[in-house]
Amino acid sequence: MKTIKERTFQVIAYLASLLTVVCLIAIIYGIFHDGLPLFKVISWKDFLFTNNWYPTYDPPGFGAWALIIGSLYVTLGALIIAIPLSLGSAIFISEIASPGLREIVKPVIELLAGIPSVVYGLFGMAFLAPLIRQWFSLDTGLNLFTSSLILGIMVIPIICSISEDAMSSVPHSIREASLALGATKTETIFKAIIPAAKKGIIGSILLGFGRAIGETMVVLMVAGGAAQIPNSIFKSVRPLTSTIAAEMGETIIGDLHYNALFALAIVLFIITFLSNLITEIVFRPKRQK
Amino acid sequence: MNFRRGKNTFWLSIMTLMLIITAGFLVVFIVRIITLGAPVLSWKFIVEPPREAMTEGGIFPALIGTFLLTALAMIIALPLGIFTAIWLTHYGKPSQLVNILHIIINTMAGIPSIIFGLFGMTIFVNLLDLNVSLLSGSLTLAILALPVIINNTEEAIRSVPADFSEASLALGATTRQTISKVVFPAALPNILTGAIISVGRVAGETAPIMFTAATFYSRSLPHSLQNEVMALPYHIYALMTEGTHPQAQVPIAYGTALVLLLLVLLIDALAIIIRSYMRKKRQW
Repeated sequence: MKTIKERTFQVIAYLASLLTVVCLIAIIYGIFHDGLPLFKVISWKDFLFTNNWYPTYDPPGFGAWALIIGSLYVTLGALIIAIPLSLGSAIFISEIASPGLREIVKPVIELLAGIPSVVYGLFGMAFLAPLIRQWFSLDTGLNLFTSSLILGIMVIPIICSISEDAMSSVPHSIREASLALGATKTETIFKAIIPAAKKGIIGSILLGFGRAIGETMVVLMVAGGAAQIPNSIFKSVRPLTSTIAAEMGETIIGDLHYNALFALAIVLFIITFLSNLITEIVFRPKRQK
Repeated sequence: MNFRRGKNTFWLSIMTLMLIITAGFLVVFIVRIITLGAPVLSWKFIVEPPREAMTEGGIFPALIGTFLLTALAMIIALPLGIFTAIWLTHYGKPSQLVNILHIIINTMAGIPSIIFGLFGMTIFVNLLDLNVSLLSGSLTLAILALPVIINNTEEAIRSVPADFSEASLALGATTRQTISKVVFPAALPNILTGAIISVGRVAGETAPIMFTAATFYSRSLPHSLQNEVMALPYHIYALMTEGTHPQAQVPIAYGTALVLLLLVLLIDALAIIIRSYMRKKRQW
């Protein structure tokens, strides 16, 4: 009797793990199955590197270059805003703040990481975009700059929280040794703490990258949505995620436009998969210690 | 020496400034949502359905929809995630298989939520013919939450000292008895904290339910798993992008956003409180 119970329990645990594997395979199968038929019609080179996204024209154009560039620019802009702010804040919390202040600020930052992205989208669309339009006297505030700013604010809590963990887990002896040698606080931070916490900091930035490039609602609401290669930061862009979200409703299952949107999802999947893989490789040596 | 001291002061002020700017951004954001959302909030706003093509009335169906989607997703994902974590920590052999599963879980955790939405649409809505429904949406959200739950549970189980399970096994208990009577109860508070945090995440997701569950407008509540539902995050998006009366819709969107924000922050705060309480109470 006992052995049957043991067996059942083990089999359930095994089946649960198997189902997790099946889920990932199903996700990959789903997007590749519906995305690959596009490449029977146009070559992957034309899809990736031409700039003619006119899916509803006759004949349609499926060159996604402007969308890929849109995603990369928005993400890059977000990181340019988020990296100095979040690393500065993380250093402040870990090295400068009093323990009392740290006890308050750390949980607040963790809380902020959980705010739904659609709320950021609303804030960007209804508040920030009109302001930016006014300040820079533009035709519209829905552009690359505004969406980068919102995405930047959105990923700050993630980068800050993880890199702070990395810095505060640097052993005290390293800090004390540096200070005892006569180094100032700044010298200790830049020459002892940051090099020791380097892996965690890089990991947090990669995670922020993955989060920003995969974010849908903010760019759908704030980026403007013109499929063009922007020649200024105040031009409208159309990243991969918002293209999928905005156009999926117009397609018919199995038509070329539908396949093309899944092909965009494949591109997005490969980008995030690679950034994940890099994170894994960066983090792995730390785990073995 | 003076130069070094000056440089020190300069950099410390820069760090402080960074925190102040960050805090400033976030304070403007939160204050904006609260001050524009609060005037709309009332008991009626919570318990009434929307009226006049979403320009009046409340958000009751969206609130219930979000509750049902989240609850169902957790009912599906929690047992699956916990058992996967148990396999990883106690049964996983050979170790290459465990490594492969870890890679799979980390890959899933990094997939953008819109891809989960597409996957849900092809597999659940089209292939399994479940239509755009509560069930399709919950299944999609469950798979989205799965990697987070597995990682949290695994971490919680691994943080139980090895002495516990060794003592139990030494007393002659089987692996199953050790897991269910010793390890699992000790890890439960941390498992719960992780689960609560993923509830907050799932409740706020929009992209995965756009094509699998959500509808713009429905006066009645869903009466079966096959019905479309309204949901708070999607309602905000719909109010901002659909409809013809932005002057009337934007305030309602702020009100809905405030409700969603309070909901998610309360859930997360609950998790943080439980965690710190349990850490103090913990005996090891």
